[in-house]
Amino acid sequence: MPTFEYAPAPESRSVVDLASSYGLFIDGEFRDSDGGSVFKSISPATEEVLAEVTEASAADVDRAVAAARRAYERTWSRLSGTDRGKYLFRIARILQERSREFAVLESLDNGKPIRESRDVDVPMAAAWFFYHAGWADKLEFASLGENPRPHGVVGQVIPWNFPLLMLAWKIAPALATGNTVVLKPAETTPLTALLFAEVCQQAELPPGVVNIVTGAGATGQAIVEHGGVDKVAFTGSTAVGKQIARSIAGTRTKATLELGGKAANIVFDDAPVDQAVEGIVNGIFFNQGHVCCAGSRLLVQESVAEEVEERLKRRLATLRVGDPLDKNTDVGAINSRAQLDRITELVEVGEAEGATRWSPECELPANGFWFRPTVFTGVSQTHRIAQEEIFGPVLSVLTFRTPQEAVAKANNTPYGLSAGIWTDKGSRILWMADQLRAGVVWANTFNKFDPTSPFGGYKESGYGREGGRHGLGAYVRTGADG
Amino acid sequence: MSRVDVRKTYKLFIGGKFPRSESGRSYEVFSAGRGRRFLANAAQGSRKDARDAVRAARAALPGWAGATAYNRGQVLYRVAEVMESRRTQFVAEVQAAEGVTAARAEATVSAAIDRWVWYAGWSDKYAQVLGGLNPVAGPYFDISAPEPTGVVAALAPQRSSLLGLVSVVAPIVVAGNTAVVLASEERPVPAITLAEALATSDVPGGVINLITGRTAEVAPWLASHLDVNAIDLTGAADAQDVSWGELEAAAAENLKRVLRPAGSDEQAVEPDFAPVPGLHRLEAFLETKTVWHPKGR
Repeated sequence: MPTFEYAPAPESRSVVDLASSYGLFIDGEFRDSDGGSVFKSISPATEEVLAEVTEASAADVDRAVAAARRAYERTWSRLSGTDRGKYLFRIARILQERSREFAVLESLDNGKPIRESRDVDVPMAAAWFFYHAGWADKLEFASLGENPRPHGVVGQVIPWNFPLLMLAWKIAPALATGNTVVLKPAETTPLTALLFAEVCQQAELPPGVVNIVTGAGATGQAIVEHGGVDKVAFTGSTAVGKQIARSIAGTRTKATLELGGKAANIVFDDAPVDQAVEGIVNGIFFNQGHVCCAGSRLLVQESVAEEVEERLKRRLATLRVGDPLDKNTDVGAINSRAQLDRITELVEVGEAEGATRWSPECELPANGFWFRPTVFTGVSQTHRIAQEEIFGPVLSVLTFRTPQEAVAKANNTPYGLSAGIWTDKGSRILWMADQLRAGVVWANTFNKFDPTSPFGGYKESGYGREGGRHGLGAYVRTGADG
Repeated sequence: MSRVDVRKTYKLFIGGKFPRSESGRSYEVFSAGRGRRFLANAAQGSRKDARDAVRAARAALPGWAGATAYNRGQVLYRVAEVMESRRTQFVAEVQAAEGVTAARAEATVSAAIDRWVWYAGWSDKYAQVLGGLNPVAGPYFDISAPEPTGVVAALAPQRSSLLGLVSVVAPIVVAGNTAVVLASEERPVPAITLAEALATSDVPGGVINLITGRTAEVAPWLASHLDVNAIDLTGAADAQDVSWGELEAAAAENLKRVLRPAGSDEQAVEPDFAPVPGLHRLEAFLETKTVWHPKGR
């Protein structure tokens, strides 16, 4: 097979105009912290400092919640659905207009390839606002129950893997249903959320409707445990999700939790192999595998296992790992040193437990956090790499003989977020889809998302849905609810 | 001389059978209202009884969840038929358990049977109401549909011994879940009679399991049980020595879906079960599954 040489094709950084430091976005303005400290957001591809960011204190969270409460009572809850919707339409348009700026900043701060931030994260974030904008004045037609009305103040904590997109998933439905928001972006990826705060100003969104407080775990905890927060929405690890569920137990605070996963991507012997291989690659190497619904366990039917493995390796040899801003890059940087350590540790465990490790030859940049696309073969169900979420570009390959065995192996995990099926047989797809205990099932495709399509998990992958009519339901009270 | 009556010692209902509590314990049940009188001895269920009930519910799940919606509706409608034939018994028991007039007990039993019929009719309808095609921006067929959550534990209401019980249990099972129900501690007799109605209807063994006993003793084991997928805490209201917050915290260990008791603060309140319910009890124990497939020639 020929190897192609690629000239560098970097996207220009000049479109991004970063300040050297950022305050907290509270009540419509960037403000200094009350007793909080400062931390740096770095580019994981180069380790250069991008900006200084504020670590919000408990007092800052108090101020943000109070601002959200005021905005809820004085302006946002008094606005008609039509007018709320128009603010969301404005935001959607501005995101589209500034899409290149957001894409470049996202790739800088997160490390993901510009191809993905440009083609997936940013356009879908805009789409999320467009979709929900239209719901704002139609809630009584959404079959959500009698008299749907907002909770009040919503506390939202989001992860670092899709910083702007997760922000959109959280803020758009909350605002459309008439809630106000205090949102904390992840500590390693706060910058697009801060740029989004500027978008709120540009859209002349009433002050306090959206508040963005940056910080780490303690700030997040202060938000979700705040007595003035009526609803919590969290995307992140299952361990933290359980803590949140415990901390709001016995209160009337509602929660939706979108947590971890260990999805099985199941390939049958009648699947079109080339398409399946593309699906496997997209399933686990999209966004460096930093995806809660990543297809991290490949279950391949024994009769085609050798062929699929061989073609997969051939395909992986063509993946380009490197500069996130290069338009030819397929796999970018690992988001942080801590995540790189976690991936490295689990991969070492995989080797120690006896699985066979393979990676394509590829040069990695000298600075920054990098991990080669990695495939483990000879993995058994009990291996930690088959059980634990690695959240990196690491695929575990297992085999099966019958559809029943595939189902049993796929479901043998405390998680239940997503699954993939590859086969030419329609009746088998539908049977498998019925049997799999997962909130999203992709058949002959993988990692597809849409604002109209409910997303969320079974079992320990959390509860509640995001997207579609179902996602709206998480942000309203109905009937006799207090 | 009046006849000496035959007194019944009530048993548990697990996996379609009526075992005594493995603990060998029972407790006395009395009538409510004026003239407190002995009604029966009920089995005092234990941790191990709860575990047996969860095992029975888990074993019954694939068959019940996999049954057609039409079949589940037929089976549940049959329960209403059997309840109707035991109407006189239910009225007497509700009257004694709740300390209400005969007329009130009549009305309650009628409402309970009607409630069962109401839910039975939902079996083949809620999926269309709650699911549907998602108009995604791409060449994909994308559909969302509700599925049962799994094994659901339920604390039955303490006061509404039959209508409340039916209002809690029917939405769990009509959706294809299986149930482990902790009956009202002080008013368990109508629940046991319902179990006898279930046993003589077509509901497969293990789909609905009923434990009588002390709520404060058994509920924590159900809340922390890792093979229980969801818990309905409605019956925490007015239950002795029960903190629903502690039960909810224990349920977080495996992220059970929790249906909190009614009320607007930490206080749990038993709701009025008379009005026609909405879908929120059904939805509490359903998972939405979304399936994507590409379109192409």
